[in-house]
Amino acid sequence: MNSLTLSQVTKTYDGVTALDAVGFTVAPGERVALLGHNGAGKSTLMKIILGLIPATSGQVTVLGAAPGSQTARDGTAYLPENVAFHPALTGLEQIRLYLRLRGDDPARAMDLLDRVGLGQAARRRIGTYSKGMRQRVGLAQALIGNPRLLVLDEPTSGLDPVSRRDFYTILDGLAAEGAAILLSSHALTEVEARTDRIVILSQGRLMANDTLAALRRRAALPIRLHIAARPGAADEVAAQLAGGRRNGVMVDLTCGHDDKLARLGDIAALKGLIEDVEIIPPSLEDLYSHFSRRDGQ
Amino acid sequence: MTALARPVAALGANEFRIALRNRWVTITVAMMALFALVLSAAGSAPTGDVGVDALSVTVASLTSLGVYLVPLMALLMSFDAVAGEIERGTLSLTLTYPVSRSTILLGKFAAHLAVLSIAVGAGYGLAAVAALVVDPEATAGLPALWRLFWSSLLLGAVFLAIGYALSAVARRPGAAAGLAIGVWLALVVLYDLGLLAAVVADGGGAFTTHALPWLLLANPADAFRLYNLAASEATSAAAGLGGAAQTIPALHALISILLWPLAAFALAVAALRRVTP
Repeated sequence: MNSLTLSQVTKTYDGVTALDAVGFTVAPGERVALLGHNGAGKSTLMKIILGLIPATSGQVTVLGAAPGSQTARDGTAYLPENVAFHPALTGLEQIRLYLRLRGDDPARAMDLLDRVGLGQAARRRIGTYSKGMRQRVGLAQALIGNPRLLVLDEPTSGLDPVSRRDFYTILDGLAAEGAAILLSSHALTEVEARTDRIVILSQGRLMANDTLAALRRRAALPIRLHIAARPGAADEVAAQLAGGRRNGVMVDLTCGHDDKLARLGDIAALKGLIEDVEIIPPSLEDLYSHFSRRDGQ
Repeated sequence: MTALARPVAALGANEFRIALRNRWVTITVAMMALFALVLSAAGSAPTGDVGVDALSVTVASLTSLGVYLVPLMALLMSFDAVAGEIERGTLSLTLTYPVSRSTILLGKFAAHLAVLSIAVGAGYGLAAVAALVVDPEATAGLPALWRLFWSSLLLGAVFLAIGYALSAVARRPGAAAGLAIGVWLALVVLYDLGLLAAVVADGGGAFTTHALPWLLLANPADAFRLYNLAASEATSAAAGLGGAAQTIPALHALISILLWPLAAFALAVAALRRVTP
């Protein structure tokens, strides 16, 4: 059974369609990234999943139950975007409160804070925390009670690179234990390596829902080849390969996925003139632009 | 503890800690203690002449003070309750926990009421000590003081709940603060002035005899004042609209101040239910 199933989910506010027939699933142990511009409907979709707002139409099943039901709330953890806990409380007090609200033992607060790397600052007031530390408090509360579904809204915004890596390590551990994870992000490069599947929303519509490799195949975006010519040979290399010159030594080529080997063969034939070749596959940014601009813009 | 009491206790303890750290406990206790001592000092002089003990006189003064201060303290503590959580983003998070909206309000309510009872208890307690020091007969006023204490908490409860409702309607702390001050002015200050003007214009007609008692009972602040003055022997110290106290039975005023907290809390829960996180 899927941890989360959405089918034909539509949400309209005063005649404006925020979500239009969105449907996808998240299986236990799966990490799914939800991508989209600001206002694409990511936060609205998450609030519907959490039962905070109702969908106008369509079906949502969370852990086999309705969103917002006791079963769904008991098994779901949420990290809102830019959450700011009360500055007068310490991290420890804040996590103890959330443990009590889940009917859990407040004595476990210190373990949770240690797990997100806040053990040292646990007894300091949240008002003195940096943004990254506040985000870690948010993550610590999301770990309470071994949730089976985690809904994380922009969880790594404001985190430094080391904190991000730590954060994804924790998520990997949760996914390995069977938790389903749905996270939204703007940082495309980090979800590239750290998630199993990508869902792209644009203006409330689902534009893509697949693995990164499959999206690359479907988009069939050109591959770029950066060739560094030997000193003085750039013009000749550019002429031979029918490529564009970037500067004194670099020549740029693009080719389709199927032409890649043939083009590399052409380049290899000129090996006396060439220092180095770099192959650049389409980035997630390119894919994202491709899928979020399809129809319309 | 039962399934409902546990989250209320957790949320309440948390809110009380915040009130302590934000100096609300210190500020409200200092405010009540200062005013109570000033009133005791002012009220202790003429006791021998009127034949009433010192504490009963102080209770009459404290009633007039409490009717302004208790609602003000309650609104100051409560206006941020919902709007602040919306602004910080913690309301939507808490609502994804297995906790209902009324439970969230009950937790805040318990904590804020505890702060009020500490402040009011400290103020009135000091007044009692001051009266007993100057007049050994002042023990006669203790029942009136006790009545003033718990009715002050009921009055505070009404304005706490009104503050939550305003906070949920306003959604932003700044707007909620403005609304809270407006409600305080309207219910505690302007309402009486309006009635007074109407009574003067009416000149003892049908408005004064029929509508006025009900209009006084309809306002929690007036019902609080009427109940304490009607039930106290120190009505002679009452001024202004308090003179109407003789025409309204204390029981009616008591029913009003008992019903108001329930109605106001129901209103607050309804307002919070309308908030889309």
